[in-house]
Amino acid sequence: MWDYSEKVKDHFFNPKNAGAVAGANAIGEVGSISCGDALRLTLKVNEATGVIEDAGFQTFGCGSAIASSSVLTEIIKGMTLDDALKVSNQDIANELDGLPPEKMHCSVMGREALQAAVANYRGEEWQDDHEEGALICKCFAIDAVMIEEMVWANKLRTVEDVTNFTKAGGGCAACHEDIEGILERVLKERGETFDPNAAPIEAVVMEKKPLTNLQRIKKIEEVLESLRPQLMADGGDVELVEVVDNTAYVNMTGACSGCQMAAMTIAGIQQRLMEVLGEFIRVIPASQMHKVAVAAGG
Amino acid sequence: MSDIYLDNNATTKVDPLVVDAMLPFFTEQFGNPSSIHKFADGVAKALKKARQQVQELIGAEHDSEIIFTSCGTESDSTAILSAIKAQPNKKEIITTTVEHPAILSLCEYLEKEGYTIHRLPVDRCGRLNLDAYQKMLSDQVAIVSVMWANNETGTIFPVVEMAEMAHAAGVMFHTDAVQAVGKIPMMLQDTKIDMLSISGHKLHAPKGIGVLYLRRGTRFRPLLRGGHQERGRRAGTENTASIVGLGKACELALEYMEYENIQVKAMRDRLERGIVEQIPHCFITGDLNNRLPNTTDIAFEYIEGEAILMLLNKAGIAASSGSACTSGSLEPSHVMRAMDIPYTAAHGTIRFSFSRYNTMHEVEEVLKVMPGIVATLRKLSPYWDGNGPVANPEQAFQPTYA
Repeated sequence: MWDYSEKVKDHFFNPKNAGAVAGANAIGEVGSISCGDALRLTLKVNEATGVIEDAGFQTFGCGSAIASSSVLTEIIKGMTLDDALKVSNQDIANELDGLPPEKMHCSVMGREALQAAVANYRGEEWQDDHEEGALICKCFAIDAVMIEEMVWANKLRTVEDVTNFTKAGGGCAACHEDIEGILERVLKERGETFDPNAAPIEAVVMEKKPLTNLQRIKKIEEVLESLRPQLMADGGDVELVEVVDNTAYVNMTGACSGCQMAAMTIAGIQQRLMEVLGEFIRVIPASQMHKVAVAAGG
Repeated sequence: MSDIYLDNNATTKVDPLVVDAMLPFFTEQFGNPSSIHKFADGVAKALKKARQQVQELIGAEHDSEIIFTSCGTESDSTAILSAIKAQPNKKEIITTTVEHPAILSLCEYLEKEGYTIHRLPVDRCGRLNLDAYQKMLSDQVAIVSVMWANNETGTIFPVVEMAEMAHAAGVMFHTDAVQAVGKIPMMLQDTKIDMLSISGHKLHAPKGIGVLYLRRGTRFRPLLRGGHQERGRRAGTENTASIVGLGKACELALEYMEYENIQVKAMRDRLERGIVEQIPHCFITGDLNNRLPNTTDIAFEYIEGEAILMLLNKAGIAASSGSACTSGSLEPSHVMRAMDIPYTAAHGTIRFSFSRYNTMHEVEEVLKVMPGIVATLRKLSPYWDGNGPVANPEQAFQPTYA
């Protein structure tokens, strides 16, 4: 059995706000029945104030999916839609006193249901920008899709590269065989051969005086600002969400969101940032933020 | 009420008589069976007796056909790797889509090494098509490996007949029988099965002990080379206490064979009948007419298995599920997928597996709580509306993939 916190168990055994809200005017349905987790979130929003007056959930899923849904409804009741949209999956997980890495996707599903419901209320179309694959690195909760995207986007060649760019494989190392499997497959598609003894990508030489985080953030903003016209010409945009050490989390919005080229674009941004800042910078979609946050916490 | 254990296909309680038989081999007769002194005196004899006890349970012709290993997985790996090493020119393997990972993962690995793996599909009841199997057999096939009984549904495969067919085609035949040994009678000397895997902890022996049955004359290459133990076919100092325990467990399994097939089966039948009668929208998976006597696997539609298990656990009942969430993978059990069970049911499968330690009273206790558990979770399900599933459930709720 999973090592669930008492709060997860409590929300599972005594779920709050189960069932559909009568007279709901915002409905979000997300999840994947093939993966065994799906959630319908129904909200009653006060049209004058924009406050969520009532929230209900219906969930097909495991204990932590039900607990995440339940706690989400508790968090957002009484919030305005704008405030509710600021609730991250990490907030949901924190409220539950944490979730096992394999179960973090349950909190992501909660956040996405919320976004979908708000989009539904506002008459917008919500698009999922988050794809999930089989969990490879259990220490840092990194899945196969993320690793594969990073290998493609950054032309990674070795397990060490993958660890440097995604953190995957940086813990107990038990997943190195699986990471090699991904490298073998992607490199083959790229017309290369995986060589376990290849030298890893050289880290960009650090400046003598490392940047302070504030300097780093300012510079990153400057670079993003300079790239913005290009992105907007293609109908997209980029937003800096958070900077933790040398990792920048960005949201690709507009046409960039869900675009096939998003990973390539992110790689381009990363390249530009490293050139300008003169240090190693990792750019990661904000949708992956929870996974790294788990690592930081664990 | 004390806790109810209905997860005997996962592992079993060690029989107290087995523990008694094992204890002297930890502290008194702890000598190495290869040694010539009084601390080892009785050990070699005890191993011989255990070998005969295993031999008798599976009806092997010779006791030297019993090779003690560390577990069922080691036996499986030894069998398949032996067959391909002994026949390096044969590059194909036949197995099924519903094998245990001990076989499937190894086959996937060998596939990367250049082997062609034929995986026999199953129908909605979990049955194999022997005509399709016949067509796969050729002189290119190194080994066929087909489980005797499925661990999730209990469905029994016609391995005796399949071994005959393999033999006629000149192909080696292995069966992973960890779920079948001790639950159904077998007489291997009358079959063409070349190799068979046993796992001790599935039949009330401890974990960490297994057997590979190797028919005399079958070409063999050891997995572990080293000392002369097990006639050089499995090097490494014998796990003497566990071997003695497994021998005793086999003797007991033979004694209880009739009980298993009458009383244990009656408990299983009572449970599944009771559940299907009381709870709407659930069904039994697998080949209902051809199953292990102790296993039932029931799909509860529109709810998820891990959630069911958590509520069962709270009620003091242990079972297991084929849902994705219990394994940490994204897909429900490969066995359910192979039988084409819809996702809305596959994630809600619960396996109850009995042993001779269960009682009819326990069955009644499970029947008391099960309807409430299912109803509680269905109340939360987006596929459920009041007293039944929503109309056209697959259309009524179509979440965006997330």
